[in-house]
Amino acid sequence: MSETREILFFAFRNTKLRIGLSIVLLFLFFALAGPYFAKYDPLEYVGPGYHPPSSEYWFGTTTFGQDVFSQFVYGLRSSFTVGLVGGSLATLIGLAIGFFAGYRGGLIDELLMMLTNIILVIPTLALLIIIAAYLPYRGVFIESIIIGFTAWPWTARAVRAQTLSLRAREFVDLARITAIPTWKIILGEIMPNMLSYVFMVFILQFGGAILAAVGLDFIGLGPTKGISLGLMMQNAVLWNAIQLGMWWWIIPPGLAITLIVGALYFMNTGLDEVFNPKLREM
Amino acid sequence: MMSKYLSRKMLVYLLTFFFAVTIDWMIPRFMPGNPILILVSRFSGMPEATKVIYSYLTQAFGLDQPLWKQYINFWRAFLSGDLGISIYMYPKPVFEVLKEAIPYDLALLLPSILVSWIAGNLFGAVAARRKKLDSFVLPVLYILTATPYLWLGILLAWTFGVLLDIFPIAGAYSFSMRPSLSLAFIWDFLKHWILPFLSLFIVMLGGWAIGMRNMIIYELEANYARYLETLGAPQRLIRKYAFRNAVLPQVTGLALQLGVIVAGALTTEIVFSYPGIGYILMQGILNQDYFLIQGCFLFIIIGVLLANFFVDLIYVFIDPRVRYAFGGETA
Amino acid sequence: MALEVKDLKIYYKTLKGYVKAVDGVSFRVKDGEILGIAGESGCGKSTLGNSLVLLKPPMNYIDGEVIIDDQKLPIADYEKMRSFRYRKIAIIPQYAMDALNPTRKIGRMLKELFESIGVPFETMIPKIKERLKIVNLPQNVLDMYPIELSGGMKQRMVMVIASLMDPSVMIADEITSALDASSQKAVVQMLREFRKRGFVRSLLFITHDISVLYQIADTVMIMYAGKVAEIMPMDKILRDALHPYTRLLISSLPEVGIRYTEKLLEGIPGQPPNLLNPPEGCRFKDRCPAANERCFEEPPFIQVEENHWIACWREVEKRA
Repeated sequence: MSETREILFFAFRNTKLRIGLSIVLLFLFFALAGPYFAKYDPLEYVGPGYHPPSSEYWFGTTTFGQDVFSQFVYGLRSSFTVGLVGGSLATLIGLAIGFFAGYRGGLIDELLMMLTNIILVIPTLALLIIIAAYLPYRGVFIESIIIGFTAWPWTARAVRAQTLSLRAREFVDLARITAIPTWKIILGEIMPNMLSYVFMVFILQFGGAILAAVGLDFIGLGPTKGISLGLMMQNAVLWNAIQLGMWWWIIPPGLAITLIVGALYFMNTGLDEVFNPKLREM
Repeated sequence: MMSKYLSRKMLVYLLTFFFAVTIDWMIPRFMPGNPILILVSRFSGMPEATKVIYSYLTQAFGLDQPLWKQYINFWRAFLSGDLGISIYMYPKPVFEVLKEAIPYDLALLLPSILVSWIAGNLFGAVAARRKKLDSFVLPVLYILTATPYLWLGILLAWTFGVLLDIFPIAGAYSFSMRPSLSLAFIWDFLKHWILPFLSLFIVMLGGWAIGMRNMIIYELEANYARYLETLGAPQRLIRKYAFRNAVLPQVTGLALQLGVIVAGALTTEIVFSYPGIGYILMQGILNQDYFLIQGCFLFIIIGVLLANFFVDLIYVFIDPRVRYAFGGETA
Repeated sequence: MALEVKDLKIYYKTLKGYVKAVDGVSFRVKDGEILGIAGESGCGKSTLGNSLVLLKPPMNYIDGEVIIDDQKLPIADYEKMRSFRYRKIAIIPQYAMDALNPTRKIGRMLKELFESIGVPFETMIPKIKERLKIVNLPQNVLDMYPIELSGGMKQRMVMVIASLMDPSVMIADEITSALDASSQKAVVQMLREFRKRGFVRSLLFITHDISVLYQIADTVMIMYAGKVAEIMPMDKILRDALHPYTRLLISSLPEVGIRYTEKLLEGIPGQPPNLLNPPEGCRFKDRCPAANERCFEEPPFIQVEENHWIACWREVEKRA
């Protein structure tokens, strides 16, 4: 217990973690509360087209008069959904496969790693394209699941390596010698040592899923209904927002993604410093 | 030892290839609905094309035949270079369409990957050495690597193409030009090439630099570095070794990152209407041209597999550990 | 006198405070002497050995003095130490198995190492070849990568490397722990050979395995919880050891040849103290069968005989 308190203490003191978390929370707030501020439906044609930001349309309007701010906050929601669902799924699958392969070893390990390496080599986006291309109706949720099912391999490899090194550690051997049952070793010795690691993996997968979704949306394989930050950018490019200089349409979605994902990466480095206290050991 | 390592890698690549082609074959067949009817319904306005396409599709999909036969036929056609006919660029064969796109992809990907890899490694090594520089540079690098390629592309296009109006932002060369080896064409080509190149280069640079920084710090803590310290070796020698050894995982990283990079390149091409595979793919998707999509997928897979294999070959030559003892875990 | 350590204090700086790993350690090593340093893991023996060669964070120099060949050894000054490392004092580290750069052939690494410290490599070649022979390594190891050598070969290679500048003091840190009995014997004999031929003058042999010390050490120093418990000639330890901790250590040796102190110490009830907040007075008192209220004060380090020092109140009282 005191260890948990200690970790929390160092977590609050870590600047990287604080900055990263603040940025993510800020955008999360926008995603959650934004739709209540937004005056318009994100897809409806509500005003004059090609309108720069004003008090009426905070982020301006699209070529056809959709409200960019509404699209932005609803798009943020999609991004966080994809990050949460896709990221969790990828983490869980990677964890299960990596842990199982590393702890059991032998033939199971060989086969699982073969599978992992195969999926790892295939470009995720290409796999997503081929799956998504044949699904006539797609929502954000389906998109997240597709992403989750293709993004796990590197996690599986990393978790396997961690499991192997933990398994080799003396205290686990000691637990073995003293005839403690396997599940107790897993729960008592390996899991606590992996927990921080799993959390960090999840953060990276969260960010990775958001980025993957942007790419997918942008090539036209995103949700067939609704709005997302990737779709906003796709529409902006398709309707020549660049050539028309409609900066209010092209900057917010990409900037939000960059800041969120960058903040997540930054948090991750901060967490690394909190969880790997080389300085706190002998 | 070395051949064992390579043959094992080859096995994984062959399996991957097999797996990818199988997925490519499987998906339209196991998706709900009749793909032929869906496809043909798009051509209701062009009765002549509809007929050709319908008969072609029935033949290609061979849905009346047992599945295993369809599968073998698919492989047979694929191995003889027959990827079907593009609907979007009817009646051009998909293989031809993709063949024309490949040079643009290579022109964009090879220089951006290589230059960013080299520059990123040097930059990361310098950042790892200076604490002050590190604490300032690191956040910037994280932001770079978090940037979606396509958004950086959009920003560059808007700034340099529209606001400053220095570079063109669409296509690989001007409409008035014909591809040739003339100086004028090369200049025109480069002007179209620089912005997509930069969007790939800058984002990748961040990733490589972060990777190198972390690897160097890790290597400087390694036991061999520590032992050199106890032997009174100067920092110069230790850094030299650390750099060399840190480059090795970066080479592996190159192979692992290829998929992500290719994805980034696809979206960047779309932003700049750069006629590589990404742009073609987008057209295929917008026009529901399934043969073209299938073909793009296969080309991308083959490209990534070849590049991976090439990286593995290089790795064998630069890391003695792989050469002398191959014991399973190599990455 | 090859080496003299006076009241050395080396603490680990941690966020919870200082871990007092080496807390006021004094001893001497004569020319040609082999000093065995023994104790449970975590008693500070390895920290002591490492701090004499390479002292860097999280290790912190707190106090004390080290003299080597009548010269002050500036262990706290990382840069000044550079010219002493290897030339005067060298270490065969615990991690000898991966102490060599995995991506350089050993010969090339040595060449680069010697050139970087200003020693012409050619002059070293005959020396290297001679010493490879002594440790039974083939000459062509120089053309090999570390991965081509077995664990034992790598360790012997590191032994040769550590000796090449003929240091006054060599520190062997737990180099026999991972070896079977016959390899242990071979390593010990090679080190004795090194001393005989003058490759090294004196040796600090750090181990948790007292039985190995019978084969090599002239003198033994027993450490407990960051402090020296007892120093005495090795050949007298069975009969004349006085410190309760030393006595417990050897009485739990069923016969000469048993190896792991971890196992042996099951015979001693209790745990070594936490060095973040070590108890006042004698640090062994909580586990000591003979402890009394005097032990709440720090026992002085007294000489009881020629070459025999001890920190225990019982001995002080006996002589009072």
